[in-house]
Amino acid sequence: MELGIYSFGNGLRDAHGEYEPSARATRNLVEAIKLADEVGLDFFGIGEHHTEEMPASAAATILAAAASITSSIRLGSAVTVLGTEDPVRVYQQFATLDAVSNGRAEITAGRGSSSESFPLFGYSLADYDTLYAEKLELLMALNSSPTVTWRGTVRAALDRAVIVPQPEGGPLRIWLGTGGNPASTVRAARLGLPISYGIIGGQAARFAPLAKLYHRSADEAGVPADRQLISVGTPGFIATSDSDAHETFWTAWNNTMKYLAGQRGFTAPPRQHFDEESHAGGALFVGEPEEIASRMITFQRQMGHMRHFLQTDVGQLPHRDFLRSIELLGTQVKPLVDAELGTKNPRVAS
Amino acid sequence: MTGDTIDGADRAPVLAILGIGRVGSTLARRAISVGYRVLVAGSGSPEQIGLLVEVMTPGAEPRWAADAVDEADVVVLAAPFSRLHSLPLANLDGKIVVDVMNHWQPVDGDATGIELLDSTSETVAAAVPGAKVVKSLNHIGYHEIEEDARPAGSTERRAVAVASDHPEAASVVLQLVERLGFDAVDAGPLANGIQLEPGMPLFGARLDRDSILSVFAAEQDAA
Ligand SMILES: NC(=O)c1ccc[n+]([C@@H]2O[C@H](COP(=O)([O-])OP(=O)(O)OC[C@H]3O[C@@H](n4cnc5c(N)ncnc54)[C@H](OP(=O)(O)O)[C@@H]3O)[C@@H](O)[C@H]2O)c1
Repeated sequence: MELGIYSFGNGLRDAHGEYEPSARATRNLVEAIKLADEVGLDFFGIGEHHTEEMPASAAATILAAAASITSSIRLGSAVTVLGTEDPVRVYQQFATLDAVSNGRAEITAGRGSSSESFPLFGYSLADYDTLYAEKLELLMALNSSPTVTWRGTVRAALDRAVIVPQPEGGPLRIWLGTGGNPASTVRAARLGLPISYGIIGGQAARFAPLAKLYHRSADEAGVPADRQLISVGTPGFIATSDSDAHETFWTAWNNTMKYLAGQRGFTAPPRQHFDEESHAGGALFVGEPEEIASRMITFQRQMGHMRHFLQTDVGQLPHRDFLRSIELLGTQVKPLVDAELGTKNPRVAS
Repeated sequence: MTGDTIDGADRAPVLAILGIGRVGSTLARRAISVGYRVLVAGSGSPEQIGLLVEVMTPGAEPRWAADAVDEADVVVLAAPFSRLHSLPLANLDGKIVVDVMNHWQPVDGDATGIELLDSTSETVAAAVPGAKVVKSLNHIGYHEIEEDARPAGSTERRAVAVASDHPEAASVVLQLVERLGFDAVDAGPLANGIQLEPGMPLFGARLDRDSILSVFAAEQDAA
C-alpha cells in the first residue's frame, strides 16, 4: 500500500496568537514535500483552502515548486474544488505539473468541506450540482483527448480547442474525492474514476461498505478491476512515544476543532471523544510507529485501499513535529506496512 | 411497544426516509436493525438507488420519494435543507414528518429561494401546513446514529431532543428515538427546535438527558 500526506496549509501563530505570514506556511509545505520524498513516501496532496488558518490556496504552484526538488513522490490536489474552477485551467496547471515532475501529477476533484471559494470566485452554492457535474464532465473530456469540443452551461463552449501541455504518459490520474455520500461513490464508479475518501472522524471502518458499493457499481458499469482504485485520507500524527503523539496532536486537533466549531456552529468535541477516535478503530491515526502501522494494516484489510495518506499539520501543530511525523511515517511505519501488505497495490477480498 | 403504534394499530410505524445520503443511509440501517420497516428515496428513481440500497442499507425498500411518503406513517426529511422545495411536500399532508435537516452554510449557502422563519423547522412546517412536523436527530453527527446508540438504561447513553407542536406526533418520534438507542427528551414546541440548530450549545454535543433538559430549563428562565 502507498503511504502519503495531505495538507490544507497550516497557518502558524506567534506568541500573541497572531498568524505568522502565510508565505511562511507556504514554504513550510515545500519543505515538507521534499522530506516526504526523501523518506520514501508515495504521495503528497494539497487541498485547496482560502483562509489564514488553512492557507494553501494554489495547490499546483506549491506542488510545482516541490516537483523540482523531489524525485519520486507523486503530487496531487486533495481536493481541487472543481465547481469554482475552470477545468481547462486546472487541467493545464496539472499537466504542467506533470511535465515538470516527469509524470508525477494527479488531480482529485471534489466538493471539499468548505465553501469559501464560492464567493471568492463569484459562484453561487445554489448552482453547485450543475457546476460540479458539468465541470467534471469537461475535466474528463480534457483528459481523454488533446483537442476538446464541449458544450455546457457553466462556461463558454470549446470547439476543437487545443490543450497544451499534454501529459506524456497518457491521461492524468483523476480521482473523485468524497466524504461519504453513497451517491458520490456510485458516481465515481460509473464514471470509471478512482475514488478518494476523506474520513475525518468516527470509526474508520464504517467506510468499508462504501468500498464494496464502489466495486459493485464499477463492475456493473464494466470498469475493469485494475482501474477500480480507492485511496483514503485521514487525520494522523506519529511520534516516537504513544503518549507524546496523543498529547501533541490533541492540542493541534483541538485547535482545529475549536476553529471549525466557531465557523460552523457545532460544539468542539472534548478530550474523551478525541481519545476514542485516536485509538484502534477510530479515524485519527495517532500514535507511535508500530501502533500506526498495525492500525493501517488492519484498516487496509477492511477497506482495500491502495493508498492511505495522513493530514498532520493542522491547528498550529509545530512545523518540526510535522516534519518528524513525516520522517517516522516514511522510515518506520512504511517498512512495517510494506512487510505486511507488499509494495504493490493490494486488492482486497470484498 | 406501548406508544409505538399508529392509530392503535398493532404494528410499529412504517418509516419513509427521503434522502439516502450520509444521514439517510445511516438512519435507515439503524432503524432496520431495531425492527422498523423502512422505505427510502433519493431525488430520482428507485432503480437508480437499487444497488446503493442493497449494499448500504440491506432490507430497506427503494421507492420514488412521493410513493415512499404515501406508504409511510412517519417521513424523515434527510435531504439538504436548500432542496426543501424539491421534496414531495404536497404528499406530506397528515403525515408525521421528522425534520433532521440543518441549514448548513457550506452546503446550503443562503438557501436562496426559501423564505426563512426564525428556525428551520418552523420554515419546514410552514411549507407543509398539513403535516405534523417534529424536529429531531439533526443535532448529532450522522455516524453517531450507529456509533453512539446504546441500550436503554446504559450509563453512557446519549440523549436526543424532540420538538413538536403535535403531542401525538412527538410521542411517536420519542419512541422512535428510544428504539434507535438514545434517551429521547421532549423539548417542547417546534419553536424550541432553534436550540438544536448549528450555533447553539446542543448542536454536535454529546449530552445526556439531564444536560439537555437543563439547557431548555435555562432558556425558559431567561424567557
Ligand atoms: N452529515 C451529518 O452529519 C448531518 C447530521 C445531522 C443532520 N444533517 C442534515 O441532514 C441532511 C442530509 O445530510 P447528509 O449529510 O446526509 O447529506 P448528503 O450525504 O449530501 O445526502 C443528501 C441526500 O439527499 C438526497 N436528496 C436531495 N434532494 C432530494 C429530493 N428532492 N428527494 C429525495 N432525496 C433528495 C440526495 O439524493 P440524490 O443524490 O439522489 O440527489 C442525497 O441522497 C441535511 O439537511 C443535513 O444538514 C447532516
